Amino acid sequence: MDRIYADNAATTRMSRRAIDAMLPYLDTVYANPSSLHSAGQEAAEALLRAREEVAACIGASPREIVFTSGGSEADNQALLSAAALGERKGKRHIVSTAIEHHAVLHTLKKLEKQGFSVTLLPPEENGMIRPEAVERAIREDTCLVSVMYANNEIGTVEPIREIGAVCRARGVLFHSDAVQAAGHLPVNVKEDGIDLLALSAHKFHGPKGVGALYAKSGVPLVPLIEGGAQERGKRAGTENVPAIVGMAAALREACEKREEVSARLLPLRDRLIEGLSAIPHAALSGDRTARLPSNVHFCFEGIEGESLLLLLDQKGICASSGSACTSGSLDPSHVLLAIGRPHEVAHGSLRLSIGEDFNEEQADYVIRAVRETVEYLRGISPVWRDCLAGKKPFIL
Amino acid sequence: MALYSDTVMDHFLHPRNVGSLSDADAVGEVGNAKCGDIMKMYLKIEEGVITDVRFETFGCGSAIASSSMATEMIKGKTVDEALAVTNKEVVGALGGLPAHKLHCSVLAEEAIRSAIRDYYERNGIPYDKSKFPEAEEGSCCRMV
Repeated sequence: MDRIYADNAATTRMSRRAIDAMLPYLDTVYANPSSLHSAGQEAAEALLRAREEVAACIGASPREIVFTSGGSEADNQALLSAAALGERKGKRHIVSTAIEHHAVLHTLKKLEKQGFSVTLLPPEENGMIRPEAVERAIREDTCLVSVMYANNEIGTVEPIREIGAVCRARGVLFHSDAVQAAGHLPVNVKEDGIDLLALSAHKFHGPKGVGALYAKSGVPLVPLIEGGAQERGKRAGTENVPAIVGMAAALREACEKREEVSARLLPLRDRLIEGLSAIPHAALSGDRTARLPSNVHFCFEGIEGESLLLLLDQKGICASSGSACTSGSLDPSHVLLAIGRPHEVAHGSLRLSIGEDFNEEQADYVIRAVRETVEYLRGISPVWRDCLAGKKPFIL
Repeated sequence: MALYSDTVMDHFLHPRNVGSLSDADAVGEVGNAKCGDIMKMYLKIEEGVITDVRFETFGCGSAIASSSMATEMIKGKTVDEALAVTNKEVVGALGGLPAHKLHCSVLAEEAIRSAIRDYYERNGIPYDKSKFPEAEEGSCCRMV
């Protein structure tokens, strides 16, 4: 059987349309979009069109889009800009969540060192952040609320529109890391009440190393990179025209096909969830329904995630884990700990993130492979032996 | 570059001496499930020689490979020879481990020592307790 790629939350395969859109800008249309000559202006026009396309896909105006090197840069710039604005008004408090991506969490840490105070809301067991909890956390000196659109590990989709409404009513800026959502969920910054939003091209079949930051008109951005006047002074450096064109093509395609792809993925996702739920002492992480159509995340008792991943790889399955061992840190995923998984079972996690070429036959193969591998690893696990012998209580 | 050496992958995919011994003369267990690694080692010892060995491991690929390699290194050896096996030798035999996985080899060394201490205790053999420091709670979490 061919390799089954079930790690689309890590990155996706580029779409043919995105590659084809990029090629001329790697080859013949190579001039600098800041150049005044006609060749440069041709590149500048491509940039303009890309900006219009990206803006249209998320309900923004082209002037509200700044191209970046990816989602992390966009998140960094959004948070630092909102903090700088807050600082000027004497507001130095930020509300966010314990399950954010490190691009957000580490930037918040940096702001804390600069004297900001940060409230990280704990999620409910299903990974959900309640709008009421956001409302309660907002103070007089809150300058920003940052809640991710959908979680990259456990797939929970947050009630963004309701949180946006809370922020609007309280007059607080609202940022959302939409890296996992853009192109996969109906993201609309106006309807969702979002002031700052980050997206990353390679998560929706675009190229790596490019992303975008949406900043609502009137929200001033602080440049992270100083230099030329590109991106209206918000991000210096000659624009990565081919990548930006590729991102726009990929996002447009993803948005056009979104409903159709969603409808295809949902039953496959649910087939995986149902099949894996049959494994004893296993638990689905994240919400059952308010969930990315591509995401399946489980914790299995008595085993460790990295060995599960490596054995699945031997069976041709590319998956991921929140497992510490894969990332070089020895602590399990902060997301799993935040939803209340004890360390012991947080180590035994598996994330499958399926793409549009996934099919039923593959789903059944994956279910069988995971079941066999979990059984094998439990067979050599002293933890599992102790659970079976009643020396240790089952957690799941 | 692959995550692990060919030897590590071989021992991970085809672990030697995996399982348990119901009539073991000594059993050692080290690590902590909270940290994501537990190794249990079973020894059969006849006249001071390790005649059989088995292991069970909860842990990542390098933890399983380190356990497997450690069992191979002590099988047929005297207890004293087994005690002399160091984590560095385990790493060497595995053809190296990534820096953040070196603690797995430490755990393998500790598993051997833990089993041998159990052998001494069961048989009333006097031993230098200072050479068998009690594993601190969560000691597996340290980075080596």
